[in-house]
Amino acid sequence: MDRLVLRTGGWFALAIVAFAAMIGARDSGFAVHMGIVSAVALGLAVHAMRHADYAGFARGLVKMPADEGRYYDDVIRWGVIATVFWGLAGFLAGLYIALQLAFPALNLGLEYTSFGRLRPLHTSAVIFAFGGNALIATSFYVVQRTCRARLFSPALADFVFWGYQLFIVLAATGYLLGVTEGKEYAEPEWYVDLWLTVVWVAYLVVFGGTVIKRSEPHIYVANWFYLAFILTVAMLHIVNNLSMPVSLLGSKSYSAFAGVQDALTQWWYGHNAVGFFLTAGFLAMMYYFVPKQAQRPVYSYRLSIIHFWSLIFLYIWAGPHHLHYTALPDWAQTLGMVFSIMLWMPSWGGMINGLMTLNGAWDKIRTDPIIRMMVMALAFYGMSTFEGPMMSIKAVNSLSHYTDWTIGHVHSGALGWNGLITFACLYYLTPRLWKRERLYSLRLVNWHFWLATLGIVLYAAAMWVAGIMQGLMWREYGADGYLVYAFSEVVRAMWPMYLIRAAGGLLYLSGAIIMAWNIGKTIAGSPLRAETPMHDAPHDAGADKPLRAAQPA
Amino acid sequence: MADGQDRKIDAATGTELKGHEWDGIAELDTPLPRWWLWTFYATILFAVGYVVAYPAIPMLNDYTRGMLGWSSRGALDKELAARAAQIAPIHRAIAATPIIDLPARPHLMQAAVEGGRAAFKVHCVQCHGSGAAGAKGYPNLNDDDWLWGGDLATIEKTIIDGVRNPGHDATRLSIMPAFGRDQLLTAAQVDDVVAHVRTISRQDKPSAASQRGGKLFADNCTVCHGADGKGTRALGAPNLTDGIWLYGGDTDTIRASVWNSRQGVMPRWDDKLDTATIRMLAAYVHSLGGGEATPTADAGNAAE
Repeated sequence: MDRLVLRTGGWFALAIVAFAAMIGARDSGFAVHMGIVSAVALGLAVHAMRHADYAGFARGLVKMPADEGRYYDDVIRWGVIATVFWGLAGFLAGLYIALQLAFPALNLGLEYTSFGRLRPLHTSAVIFAFGGNALIATSFYVVQRTCRARLFSPALADFVFWGYQLFIVLAATGYLLGVTEGKEYAEPEWYVDLWLTVVWVAYLVVFGGTVIKRSEPHIYVANWFYLAFILTVAMLHIVNNLSMPVSLLGSKSYSAFAGVQDALTQWWYGHNAVGFFLTAGFLAMMYYFVPKQAQRPVYSYRLSIIHFWSLIFLYIWAGPHHLHYTALPDWAQTLGMVFSIMLWMPSWGGMINGLMTLNGAWDKIRTDPIIRMMVMALAFYGMSTFEGPMMSIKAVNSLSHYTDWTIGHVHSGALGWNGLITFACLYYLTPRLWKRERLYSLRLVNWHFWLATLGIVLYAAAMWVAGIMQGLMWREYGADGYLVYAFSEVVRAMWPMYLIRAAGGLLYLSGAIIMAWNIGKTIAGSPLRAETPMHDAPHDAGADKPLRAAQPA
Repeated sequence: MADGQDRKIDAATGTELKGHEWDGIAELDTPLPRWWLWTFYATILFAVGYVVAYPAIPMLNDYTRGMLGWSSRGALDKELAARAAQIAPIHRAIAATPIIDLPARPHLMQAAVEGGRAAFKVHCVQCHGSGAAGAKGYPNLNDDDWLWGGDLATIEKTIIDGVRNPGHDATRLSIMPAFGRDQLLTAAQVDDVVAHVRTISRQDKPSAASQRGGKLFADNCTVCHGADGKGTRALGAPNLTDGIWLYGGDTDTIRASVWNSRQGVMPRWDDKLDTATIRMLAAYVHSLGGGEATPTADAGNAAE
């Protein structure tokens, strides 16, 4: 009971503090954010009072252990729903800003809907909201299964999930209100950064705690990748966001770094957000869900060790390649480039291990739409991790930098690799988490696969053409030694490519809407869609539980 | 890891299993693919070679410069120098030739037009548009209607000194009064003047209002725009009868022009661009379609 009082009182106190901060705020963005925090805290206080776990109090009185006989999956179910929701929101925002580039009138003449504010809304929604929720949900699922242990501190896991959603809402509203540090992928201001730090440390505690209390003698490779992702993102987030607030009651802060040091710190962060968030974390997903869906052993244990450690060691140095031909000293540019080139094979190690895991089950690409999605994801992963080192070569970069080629590169990785592997994992997870026989429809998964693939091809091809065209037009000198094209002429030449890109985005979004429908019907427990059956991996629900030998935590 | 001697063999691939299992996932003991390993070594070798050849290792007070002696600033300087050397002869020749003498030297004139086309795309398209067709408030440079004059020397002077460039004595300057805002005319009088301008530009038929406006025009406007409204280039006063409008010829726009005056600006370029580039820009603008012949000495003096 003491805990209930403490908890309710604590939330209530936070609500009051946030309300006071809102009243005393120096700027409207900070006031809106504190208003959101206050409302959430108030809601939680009410929730804590009305939904007190009286059975839990009773269990506590007689010192009964927590229920170690089941995995803690509630938070993962929420995670699946959140991933689908934020995915749709992020794709929609992406389509809208793609159309803004083709039709500037869609900026609507409002600061809130201008490209400059919606663009970070899109990138953060897909990377941190869609990708981040996928990572949190799958990591909680995978770590329990591969450790054969119930999640360490389910309450803390709930806090991680909901705390992360609050972070997303604060970040998203911040973009629209113009509250920003102006650092790409690290736009949220100091107080939102502090909140994310608290959430992230809790995430590390939950994940690490579960690994520590595992019933398996060894730690599975997926968990190495998850742990590398959680630890490195913590380090990147804290260092890049070191800043001094102007006022404790205002949103504005100033970075601890200035000039080229700030740029280098930012791209050390930015590049490793790609490396550890979008690569290491998603490789962790791949290492569990691909062998599970294919029902095959992982191709090579040795390759997983070597490529893990080489990837982790090399990735962290590659950031300066984002600053080729800038004020960054030449020596730092050189190191950024050579580390990127050495990164090629370590990156491909993950692709090889994923694809070759299908050895002995290649026929499933024909029969199992989820496997098909995974294979396409790995193919795009391989393509963009070759393209990345290639673009880091200075001669190539002098053509590709600042052009849409970069956008194409990012999206072949993001839509192809991160998107498709996440969709595959969601399709794997949903029937198992909601105890359904199988997905509502596997044929719709197939539709999703083709819509998404076609969308990516249109998107990436349009941006490659646009980027190379842009780069060549910018540097085109006539025989008499003068520039041939005006900047505005290059912009005009991009227009058809921008239309094709938007069409690709529309296809990709359509696929995601079909997925939301499919997953929604599965969760709702609708009767399975009448259709010709396709292959799916079997699932033994009875065996899906922690080993009872585990000591109660 | 391998726990024992009783390693199982995976039937589909014939490869040994590591003997461990997590939630049903086993691992094969496949060795590293050779091609993968050798390619990895090759990239490392390339990296080492590149580090030796190019600036790479930071030291206490300096960094290793690399055996090739390459630097990004050095590379840029080299490219700029190469381009400067390429265009230097023609630039020097154009800078040394007064603009009115350019047409007599066709190869120089042609080079000037081409160079001007490139410079225009960098410096001028922001206001005048990439086709030099202008926009509201920014003159169209393709037609033969000129505010300050359309011969080579006059265009060059306009570019050199700009229009209403603050703090520059030589800039082209004319100030039309804000007849309405400064209460030089009443609202009704402004309407009458507008009616007159609409009439002389042959958009409306003469009316009572335009008759009254004609009288007001004669008292207030002819000093600059001339009795017939055809403008005076020396003062930058536009021709109001030719159907070409800088801001627009509809009643509301003309009324706004008379009421508030406009006074658009163009920056001076002599502090930003060299003589040859300005001369090239003038030659290019002159070549767009409306360029006029250099006036005879008498007419030139009158215009000054």
